[in-house]
Amino acid sequence: MQLTVNGDAAELADDATVADLVAQRAPGHDRVAVARNGDVVPRSSWARTPLAPGDAVEVLAPTAGG
Amino acid sequence: MSTQDLAPALAREEAGDPFVLGGETFRSRLLLGTGGVPSLEALEAAVRASGTQLVTVALRRVEASATGSMMTVLDRAGVRLLPNTAGCRTAREAVRTARLAREAFGTDWVKLEVIGDERTLLPDAVELLDAAEQLVAEGFTVLAYTTDDPVLGRRLADAGCAAVMPLGSPIGSGLGIRNPHNVALLREAVDVPVVLDAGIGTASDAALAMELGCDAVLLASAVTRARDPERMALAMRQAVEGGRLARLAGRIPRRWHAEASTSSEGLPAL
Repeated sequence: MQLTVNGDAAELADDATVADLVAQRAPGHDRVAVARNGDVVPRSSWARTPLAPGDAVEVLAPTAGG
Repeated sequence: MSTQDLAPALAREEAGDPFVLGGETFRSRLLLGTGGVPSLEALEAAVRASGTQLVTVALRRVEASATGSMMTVLDRAGVRLLPNTAGCRTAREAVRTARLAREAFGTDWVKLEVIGDERTLLPDAVELLDAAEQLVAEGFTVLAYTTDDPVLGRRLADAGCAAVMPLGSPIGSGLGIRNPHNVALLREAVDVPVVLDAGIGTASDAALAMELGCDAVLLASAVTRARDPERMALAMRQAVEGGRLARLAGRIPRRWHAEASTSSEGLPAL
């Protein structure tokens, strides 16, 4: 399916979940947050939250900041 | 550089003068931002030299984020994390960012920052207050980055913010505290902690903030972009402690003319 991940077009398997996307995009990060169409998807729900065509997903991780 | 050589008197002052913020007690009144660090080694050295217990971090798209090792450094230092909402321009963005930060960092503390102008990065008062009200209602401990306007500061405190954090001057400018009078008025206007945030350039700026009655200082660039971040971190630590002691000790009144400290009694006729 076609969706937008971090502002760019992305192609994922039709049955992909948020957990699949995080595993692909943020390996090695243990403090990741995901927004799907603007709303937070709690970590506890990643594995049972399917993605849908056209979703806009943000996969975020820590960085330095003031 | 050793950071273990601070005078015992300072340690006693710290013990008797805890900083209570959001229901938590801190020994250190210096909050450190990580933005602008040249390297992880410099970050670790600066965090340790500063004595800080509360460090700001941000969230960005994972491609642009720091590697996990920044978090390893901060975890090893044992500091508490304070996520910010840097880059947000509306209440809606800031509230969403705070929710994401709560999920990522496992804390409901947030440095709320809602920017209204690209060039000066000055806060947008209207969006800021709106976001503060929403986040307080959602149970967040909100530390609000704001202008030095005492009236806005009072509105933020009334909205339930755990701290009001006025700027001394624009973020990263190093211009120090441009309106000390407003900062002092803001300190009088609210009952929550006041943290001078943004604009600190050097140690005397941090000391002035504390002398004006601020409860703590938050700074990033002044340390992370200094030629020697570790040494500047220690300078800031001592400036904050010195400024706090001076505030508690009570400065002498300013006089127009001199007031001799040596007695004129018994002055010989020569």
